[in-house]
Amino acid sequence: MSLLALDRITKSFGAIHALQGVDLEIQPGEAVGLMGDNGAGKSTLVKIIAGNFPPTSGHIAVEGREVVFDRPIDARAAGIEVVYQDLALANNLTAAENVFLGRELKKGWGPFRTLDKEAMIERSSELFAELKSETRPRDLVQKMSGGQRQAVAIARTRLSDPKLVLMDEPTAAISVRQVAEVLNLIKRLKATGHAVILISHRMPDVFEVCDRIAVLRRGTKVADKATRDTSPEEITGLITGAIHAA
Amino acid sequence: MQPDVPRTTDHAAIGDVAGIEERTLLQKMLTSQPFWVTVALIVVCLGIGFYQPAFFTAQNIANITRNFAIFGIMALGMTCVIITAGIDLSVGSIMGLVAIVAGIYLTAEYSWYVSFALGMLAGLACGAVNGFLIAYVGLSPFVVTLGMMSIARSLAVVISGNQMLYQFGPDAPIVKAIGQAKFPPNVEGDMWPDWIPAFSSHFWVMVFMALIVGYVFKYKAWGKHLFAIGGNEQAARLTGVNVKLIKFQAYVFSAFCAAVSSLLILGYTGSAINALGQSYELRVIAATVIGGANLLGGYGTAYGAIIGAALLEVIRNALLMAGIDSNWQGAFVGIFIILAVFIGLQTEGGRSYIAQLRDTILPPRRKDR
Ligand SMILES: Nc1ncnc2c1ncn2[C@@H]1O[C@H](COP(=O)(O)OP(=O)(O)OP(=O)(O)O)[C@@H](O)[C@H]1O
Ligand SMILES: [Mg+2]
Repeated sequence: MSLLALDRITKSFGAIHALQGVDLEIQPGEAVGLMGDNGAGKSTLVKIIAGNFPPTSGHIAVEGREVVFDRPIDARAAGIEVVYQDLALANNLTAAENVFLGRELKKGWGPFRTLDKEAMIERSSELFAELKSETRPRDLVQKMSGGQRQAVAIARTRLSDPKLVLMDEPTAAISVRQVAEVLNLIKRLKATGHAVILISHRMPDVFEVCDRIAVLRRGTKVADKATRDTSPEEITGLITGAIHAA
Repeated sequence: MQPDVPRTTDHAAIGDVAGIEERTLLQKMLTSQPFWVTVALIVVCLGIGFYQPAFFTAQNIANITRNFAIFGIMALGMTCVIITAGIDLSVGSIMGLVAIVAGIYLTAEYSWYVSFALGMLAGLACGAVNGFLIAYVGLSPFVVTLGMMSIARSLAVVISGNQMLYQFGPDAPIVKAIGQAKFPPNVEGDMWPDWIPAFSSHFWVMVFMALIVGYVFKYKAWGKHLFAIGGNEQAARLTGVNVKLIKFQAYVFSAFCAAVSSLLILGYTGSAINALGQSYELRVIAATVIGGANLLGGYGTAYGAIIGAALLEVIRNALLMAGIDSNWQGAFVGIFIILAVFIGLQTEGGRSYIAQLRDTILPPRRKDR
């Protein structure tokens, strides 16, 4: 039984048909690379899986059961965590506050339940250390570098024990060393039975960690192949349209 | 300081950035607008006190703190709304409606608590309508609260029959006692020395509410969510913050603050007029902005709201004492508002002018790592 199964998902924004009948299945412990040109519909697909907005038509099933996500927290409750392409950070809050936004740790009792800042700061610095990031929990996100911001967004997905992690270009702005850490994280997630969807324009990253690669072109899935059965050249051709389908 | 756009950077650069961000408490204080407003307040007070020793009498201090307390209270509510990047133009009119509704019931000889509760209910209803239309229907805060400003005022005029209400039935003494209560009482022979001002109930209510709001901003998830909405509403929604509910509550709280202020004034004057609070919304917004809240959302403090209200009142008081024609007040208040927005203004590199000033006085320390 698939962990996640998308069945003929379409999404239209007025006259724009961002997705036109996309099927996709993911098994536990699997990493799928989702590739495609700018505007191919990758982020749109991620946002649908994450409960950001509903598909125009089509069905989503998690572990064989059909689900309808009205809000992002519904998807999170179903075990889906997301690193959004724009990172979804509040600039006026600190790194730790952003990591725990919407699921703050609290202490105390009744109306006097207060934020457990110390615990949140401690947990955040553990997560940043795990990502080998020089991000400090008390710093305002506003003043952070692109890589530090990315670390904050990724650290969020580590708060729960999700079944599926969606990463929309998690390595777009980070250093070589940190890219390696993110790829390591994906491998660890796989090894512990988690599934990952990785969206990236970086061919080597996708080939290093993904078991399967799906290619979107203008809202349609034109390929879905095991990584060992394809090559960067073929994927490039599929993305640009030089190769029609595979 | 780094621009807030994500950019590619290698590992060494990240270390450098981290070093620059080390700041002392003093440096932090020097960037905070409430700090500078406090300095301005002290300077203005000392200035007036120098020319007019009467300024520092217990009586005058009690008066000033009573006068600005209602603006401070409303500025607390306005701060919550402005932090979410909203605005509430209806607070002055809500004051008028609350006073008239409470006044009508008092005149009809209902008990003070029934009358106050019904007045409060009318105010909260206005806030709930604002909040519903803004948070759930998605209308613009400016337009909705502008509409409510007109509606609530009109209702107040209609309900009052355009009469002043002042014959408050059997509970009139209790109503007055609430509005005119003082602590310390400063009567002959009490334990408090005379130089301590007899602070009004208005002042103490403001202090109490400011402490609660300050506590909520700092220690409650609700406060953090309020700031997150102002910082990046979309991000707040995606991370599971109940954006609509919290925005709704912010407008209800703003209306609550207006209702509390209204009832205090009703008690103090022992009368209700439908024009109560007219144009107060501007003074409240001014106090909030002077105190450092950012109209674009995401920033604001309870202390700033109070200190902004205090500064406005002290300036007004100073102009009066200096014998300047009261028609000039508007001009001075306007200058202070623009000045406050200017020093809090973010320059291109994401720095405010006070941040630049701070870096000139105290250059950032680079930590060796
Ligand atoms: N909220 C929206 N309203 C209208 N059109 C949208 C919206 N979101 C996406 N689109 C359109 O849908 C199409 C697919 O966009 P999407 O963001 O999914 O592309 P992408 O594959 O993630 O591209 P990139 O690699 O640049 O991130 C684009 O044509 C885009 O303009
Ligand atoms: Mg995208």
